[in-house]
Amino acid sequence: MDELKVVAFIVALVGGAVGAAAVMTWFERRMLGIWQDRLGPNRIGPFGIVLVAADMLKLLGKHDWIPPFADRPVFVLAPTAIVIAMMLGFAVVPFAPDLVVIDMNVGLLFFLAMTSLAVYSVLLGGLASNNKYALLGGLRSAAQMVSYEVFMGLSLMGVVMLAGSFSLPTIVEAQSQLWFAITQPLGLFVFIIAGLAESHRLPFDLPEAEHELTAGFHTEYGGMKFAMFMLGEYLGLMLISCMITTLFLGGWLGPVLPPIVWFFLKTFVVILFFILLRAAIPRPRYDQLMSLGWKVMLPITLINLMLTGAIALWQSGGMP
Amino acid sequence: MMGVLFYVAAVITVVAAIMAMTRSNAAHGLIFLIVTLLGIAVLFFLLGAPFAAALEIVVYAGAIMVLFVFVIMMLNLGEQARAREQSLLAFRYWLLPSMMAGVLLVELLLVFNRGLHPMAVETVTPKAVALSLFGPYILGVELASMLLLAGLVGAYHLGRDFLTKDRGRSQ
Repeated sequence: MDELKVVAFIVALVGGAVGAAAVMTWFERRMLGIWQDRLGPNRIGPFGIVLVAADMLKLLGKHDWIPPFADRPVFVLAPTAIVIAMMLGFAVVPFAPDLVVIDMNVGLLFFLAMTSLAVYSVLLGGLASNNKYALLGGLRSAAQMVSYEVFMGLSLMGVVMLAGSFSLPTIVEAQSQLWFAITQPLGLFVFIIAGLAESHRLPFDLPEAEHELTAGFHTEYGGMKFAMFMLGEYLGLMLISCMITTLFLGGWLGPVLPPIVWFFLKTFVVILFFILLRAAIPRPRYDQLMSLGWKVMLPITLINLMLTGAIALWQSGGMP
Repeated sequence: MMGVLFYVAAVITVVAAIMAMTRSNAAHGLIFLIVTLLGIAVLFFLLGAPFAAALEIVVYAGAIMVLFVFVIMMLNLGEQARAREQSLLAFRYWLLPSMMAGVLLVELLLVFNRGLHPMAVETVTPKAVALSLFGPYILGVELASMLLLAGLVGAYHLGRDFLTKDRGRSQ
């Protein structure tokens, strides 16, 4: 792709991702409604889709208030971090054979780096709010995200071993015979759970847990700053879904339909699955979350890593 | 083009490092330190070491600095800590360290003038890093892993609840 096309693609990607995140707020509530045997938002426009515009208008029109006891510069900076980090993460996602902003040979590590930077948003938001609930939410999120980041990275190393590269297009190409979801079921399982914890969505939304912490780290936030946190969360969900599609479900590969349609179809199914999880699973207690992470997920990941390494070595004929 | 990018990133890194030292609010200092680490990552990337750049962000900015912020949040530093930090920034405290750092800087400049070409870009792929780590430098890797294991065991020992009376009932 030449320079101009890349720039056009980036603009389309940013616009598309933000638009998709906005529509997803409505779509998620609607799907939750169906699964929980109620209607969901269905009043404005066909199927209630104009609600997205109404929500945006409300958030934009709200008084943008900064509490007097807050640490002003950090308070303003915090919500931007998650959106920037998540948007940058999309730069390495290969939507189709040539449709990727940058094909780095460390693409997967870049994705991990960006998700790990997103932690700061929650952390600094909690710290700058100068409020007990926000502080507790921030503390929880720091422990949760740092713990789950460890095996989020480790669970992907099996895929890297089998594909022999950190570059995402190469990883997709390596799945032309068999998806990594079939050869790496443990990796996929751990990555889904770690991805949920990283994007702190409902089963793992302990940083905000509104029953105990009012709204956790974004208690003091309102208006557009709150919308930025929400945007970041939905971007994170989409990014994780894109990565699951790329790493485990064969990315753009598929018969008949054009590659990009396959990619979006698979990503859509993964997003639906995440919404279903939200509807189906209750929130665990905080200590349950941490012991699940360190006592179950980490051993599973290490076993997966060892087995994959042994099999890869055996297949390459390196073992006697 | 690479030169311009390099100097922009370098200036941001140095300014952020100076700001990190001179802030009296610990949280602000940490944010500038994170910016410094991000700047260093960009420099690594420009110098043809994308693997080192990615690890710089994942490990330092993404994990270690998060724990620093975590500790700051736990301690909940107030006005008192800020005053103490302020007193540490007095002229007599930073005079000697900055003189020593200045000497090091001059030495570094002299070394660079000996015809080294730091901008000569040859991209180091993750594979090359792995091959040299598990080839000629295997001893260093093993020593580091031993050290980390010792740290792990030590942290486990210190974190054990052997000081509380009703131990074993914590879960």
